[in-house]
Amino acid sequence: MMLCTAVCPVFCGAQQLQVPASAVAGQDLNLTTAGSGRGSFYLLGPGISRKTEVDLGEPIDLAGQDLRNAGEYTAVLCAGSCQSARFFVIAAKPSSLTFLVHPSRVPVAQGDAISGVAFSFDPYHNLTRSPLNIRFQLGFKGTALWARTVRTQNGVAWFRANSWKSAGPVQVAASSDQFSTTRVVQQVASDPCNLRITGQHTRTGILVQTEPVHDCAGNVVSDGTVITFTATGADGKATVDAPIKQGVASAQMKSAGPTVISVASGVVMGNEIHLGAQP
Amino acid sequence: MKYVVAGILVAITASLMILGLFVSAQAGSTLGVAKGSALHTAKASTPDQALNNLLNDVQRRNWDRAFASVSEPSAVTESEFTQDWMGSNGSLRAFSSLESFEARPLHASNNEAQIRVHLHFSTPVGPLEEVRDFNLIRQGDLWKAVWPRFEIPSVPAQVIPVTYLRWDLVTGAAGDEWGAKNVDAPHVRILSMNAVDSAEGAVVMGEVTNEDTVPAFVTVNATLVNAAGNAIDEESSFDKIVHILLPKQVTPYRIDFPGLTLSNVKNVRMAVKATLVPAAADPVIGVMNQKIDSEAQGKSVLRGNLLNQSGETVNIPHVIASFYDDHGKVIWVSDGYVDRALLPQSSQPFAVELPRSVAPAVHGFHVVVNQFSLNNS
Repeated sequence: MMLCTAVCPVFCGAQQLQVPASAVAGQDLNLTTAGSGRGSFYLLGPGISRKTEVDLGEPIDLAGQDLRNAGEYTAVLCAGSCQSARFFVIAAKPSSLTFLVHPSRVPVAQGDAISGVAFSFDPYHNLTRSPLNIRFQLGFKGTALWARTVRTQNGVAWFRANSWKSAGPVQVAASSDQFSTTRVVQQVASDPCNLRITGQHTRTGILVQTEPVHDCAGNVVSDGTVITFTATGADGKATVDAPIKQGVASAQMKSAGPTVISVASGVVMGNEIHLGAQP
Repeated sequence: MKYVVAGILVAITASLMILGLFVSAQAGSTLGVAKGSALHTAKASTPDQALNNLLNDVQRRNWDRAFASVSEPSAVTESEFTQDWMGSNGSLRAFSSLESFEARPLHASNNEAQIRVHLHFSTPVGPLEEVRDFNLIRQGDLWKAVWPRFEIPSVPAQVIPVTYLRWDLVTGAAGDEWGAKNVDAPHVRILSMNAVDSAEGAVVMGEVTNEDTVPAFVTVNATLVNAAGNAIDEESSFDKIVHILLPKQVTPYRIDFPGLTLSNVKNVRMAVKATLVPAAADPVIGVMNQKIDSEAQGKSVLRGNLLNQSGETVNIPHVIASFYDDHGKVIWVSDGYVDRALLPQSSQPFAVELPRSVAPAVHGFHVVVNQFSLNNS
């Protein structure tokens, strides 16, 4: 409007421009004009600003290429005076889903631990705001664990779900009639459960070793998890932070007399063993 | 008459000279604390001169002349003596230099003396202090230091099978679909936090753990906030934390606010940042024979031995200890660098100091070892 006022304050009303109320992104569009002679046509919109010379009375063809981005556009026609009109370009039909899943790793058997949100986009990366049914599905080794259909609101649909009891990759899929997107959430063992150790005197001290370390659901705790062994005896305290390797952690302790050895992993405590003096 | 006066003066002068010689020969030690002097005395006729000569030559890295101040026959060779001062295997001692020293006589007789010396080293990780007792003996007219047998750690040739775990990190390319390859940052948690006033300023300390199944690079920041809600100061744990935490590993942290007191502090804001990093689970370092002892000066010191249970040399071991009261609350965090390299399957002693005010309340402690290896840096 400012452009109209600034460019041709004197001859306003010499031509007419008609635009549709709305258009679809990426589709060609005809704007109707009235009047005679030549005029200048301006198109202003998201990501576009251009000027063309047009014949008044002839339709103005806008290529779909010019209307790729959804949003409000302003068309201005000037011939002595200027007239402007606004129209909206809405997103085209959905052609893809962007699917965000959080977290990428999750301990097993946790409530509402997995969340996902899907956005539907048209071929021109406009968020499609028309409702769409999205089917969320969690699968583990080919077995469907959980499924729910959610209708998008303003182009967005989301879910929350519990993590499964077994460690391993869980496929999380979001799909509609035409397309599907899959993400993977790595389910990992939870904190060690029933942590138990055994120990024996060796030539060089005490060899202490865990039994295979599992969580409360029976999953093998990930290799690399640190197990802290603590030996308390007459000659002081000894601690070793040893990582689990192939399911067990072991450490060499040095203690001559009667020794009490305990074990912990993070904030989880295990059993205690009492070893007598070295024979 | 004038000859009599001159004779008396000559006699007095001569007797004073003789007395002076006698007294200097008898003087076993200097009383009080003697600071290191840059002067080198040609003939070390007293124990403190001999020690001063030796340590001055060590400061200048004049090893030949320094070793000449060691008694003969010596229990060590010159190369062992040099290695005692210069370190080896990329240890912290290899990067440090003797900056100054203070000597305090402990015992002295005509033929032997014992002097306690506070050695101040400058190192890349800050100043390090060492207290060492030197024994000196008189050999002829000269005093010399008795150098104890120095065990150069050596590891027999062997094959140590390494089945270490390692986490590598693959990052997504810039062109990947949005949201397709996000890997979450490790999940870490502050287990405890305690803010106290100390002689040097306010201290915030506690413990933090990696609750995830992947390694994490962790930093802990603390902000002191006053009653008006304004930040007074913000500091990080810097080197008083094990930065790379393996899954389920617990580390103490300590954040110092020099010159500040908690009297003006209304709130402490804590922030822990964790980043996913590549890491290896080795080397495993055991902390053996941990005990709290009292030093000769009355300080409480946590001592122990680090045992490298792997096949990799740890060039600079760093010990961080958290101390608990009888309720399990962290009441202090101390740290200390070990200036000798920790060779595979070998051990090195360590000691970390406890403030006098804290020592009586200590009921338990937990030691973790940070390690710097030149091969991995």
